[in-house]
Amino acid sequence: MFDAELETNKLEAASRVHPSRQAGKVKMEVRDLNFFYGQSQALHRVSLDIEEHRVTAFIGPSGCGKSTFLRALNRMNETIPGTRREGTVKLDGVDIYKDIRDVSTVRTRVGMVFQKSNPFPKSIFDNVAYGLRVNGIKDRQIIGEAVEDTLKRAFLWDEVKDKLDNSAYMLSGGQQQRLCIARALAVRPEVLLMDEPASALDPISTAKIEDLIAELKRQYTIVIVTHNMQQAARISDYTAFFYEGYMVEFGETRKIFTKPDKKQTEDYVTGRFG
Amino acid sequence: MTDFVTTAALNPPVLVFQPKGRGLIPRSLTLTAVIIIIAMLAVILLNVLHGGLGTISWEFLSKPPEHGMEAGGIFPAIFGTVFLVILMVITGVPVGVLTAVYLHEYTSPTSRTTRLIRTAINNLAGVPSIVFGLFGLGFFIGFIGHGIDTTLLGVEKPVWGQPAIIWAALTLALLTLPVVIVSTEEALRAIPRELKDASYALGATKLQTIIRIIIPQALPGIFTGAILAISRGAGEVAPIMFTGAAYYLPYLPKALNDQFMELGYHVYVMSTQSPDIEKTKPILYGTVLVLLVLTFLLNFVAIMIRSKIRSRRISV
Repeated sequence: MFDAELETNKLEAASRVHPSRQAGKVKMEVRDLNFFYGQSQALHRVSLDIEEHRVTAFIGPSGCGKSTFLRALNRMNETIPGTRREGTVKLDGVDIYKDIRDVSTVRTRVGMVFQKSNPFPKSIFDNVAYGLRVNGIKDRQIIGEAVEDTLKRAFLWDEVKDKLDNSAYMLSGGQQQRLCIARALAVRPEVLLMDEPASALDPISTAKIEDLIAELKRQYTIVIVTHNMQQAARISDYTAFFYEGYMVEFGETRKIFTKPDKKQTEDYVTGRFG
Repeated sequence: MTDFVTTAALNPPVLVFQPKGRGLIPRSLTLTAVIIIIAMLAVILLNVLHGGLGTISWEFLSKPPEHGMEAGGIFPAIFGTVFLVILMVITGVPVGVLTAVYLHEYTSPTSRTTRLIRTAINNLAGVPSIVFGLFGLGFFIGFIGHGIDTTLLGVEKPVWGQPAIIWAALTLALLTLPVVIVSTEEALRAIPRELKDASYALGATKLQTIIRIIIPQALPGIFTGAILAISRGAGEVAPIMFTGAAYYLPYLPKALNDQFMELGYHVYVMSTQSPDIEKTKPILYGTVLVLLVLTFLLNFVAIMIRSKIRSRRISV
């Protein structure tokens, strides 16, 4: 039903890539990103800027490409066989696909938290230490200090400091997800990608995650995919609306939710579809 | 359309109950089959217990055979069997696990090569065990063992180019490889993608993910494979009779190139080669009983280790 409008979007796609008029420092810069699962194209020439120390939210109905886009920002899409990408993704002006050879470097600089909390079947301590260990840090003291520091940053320290050797599976769902955030923070990323991090949690746990995100944006750049529009409105500075593989509109969150430029965006944020 | 749906919803089809007795024939047929199997198992076990229990004594378990195997114990055969099975597990399980990891993590499941490898593994599982015995004789002893003797050691008298416990263990390892591969692969399939993703997202390489996440998660499945391998391998006679098992040895195997006595082979020898079958009968029964108990025991140990790993995994 939006075909005509999608056509115009294609033309306008490149024109509006920066979310606001006062340009902040751009942390990540995506240009003309196409993505294919086999023959089917999941993203069509998506271009946008992600500002440093801001929360950028991606919204849109299921299958609109927002998660695919998120996973392109730290090359996680490369773990899926039969996929192909075109276009550039730059981190501090450096192409993460062409100029950073080691994919590990990309993924430690651009961390990720998943929809379903997925702690390793290991102790709380070992979960947080995992990223340090696989990146070659062996010194026990350094690891110990880093784990404590990271758990404090994730506001989980007080809840788990006496049971660091317990299984991560003994934590509640909300705590597990905050542990996954801590685990991602342990390798000191600059950008944190979050793929619907609170979609499986109860309201109280969700509120804690949202508080955490508000706190974390002082030190990190945060990109979050969410199904929950109130959540996007509450926590994000900028919002991009995706539909059928196109980025329809991108701008300051308040504008997207109050007076969006595109009718599709308005229909979606007011709950008329999706 | 709508009418049809509503009518169907309001009037669910009336279930037709079969008159009593209709299912009696298939039911009794299948039940008979079950009873026959259970009865046969019971007869075997009772027969072995009845004939063998009287023979079991500390002497029987701890002494070597005497008087042309008409007296004495079976200790060398027990020792040889345990040694053989342990060697088989040590050599076979790692190869099987690596194969499964390769198939599951490094190749696409639909590719030509993968299907070819899988077909090869399935065929390997169907090869008669005597063929494995002959293969072991030709390949391990004739080719590898003899090769070591002539090219590396340069000796006249065979050191490795003769039947030995290592060659028997390798032959059994080959025979049991398919079960290890299949159960490891099943375990690998059960590992949630999210765990691997989490590992990759933290900058871990594929190898690190395999070593730190995938293998530990698959350990119970790997143990299942080892258990099945033990069950299959411990009782096999055909693969070892050419490759290392000895009729009678006055000493225990001390090195990898020693020959050894084995319970299954001992049973075969006593029941076919003994000059006086009647006299060896109690020993024969006792040996069979020990073989059964030993196989159960080895299985039991592996099951205990597996459940320990499982419980640790749930709590950790």
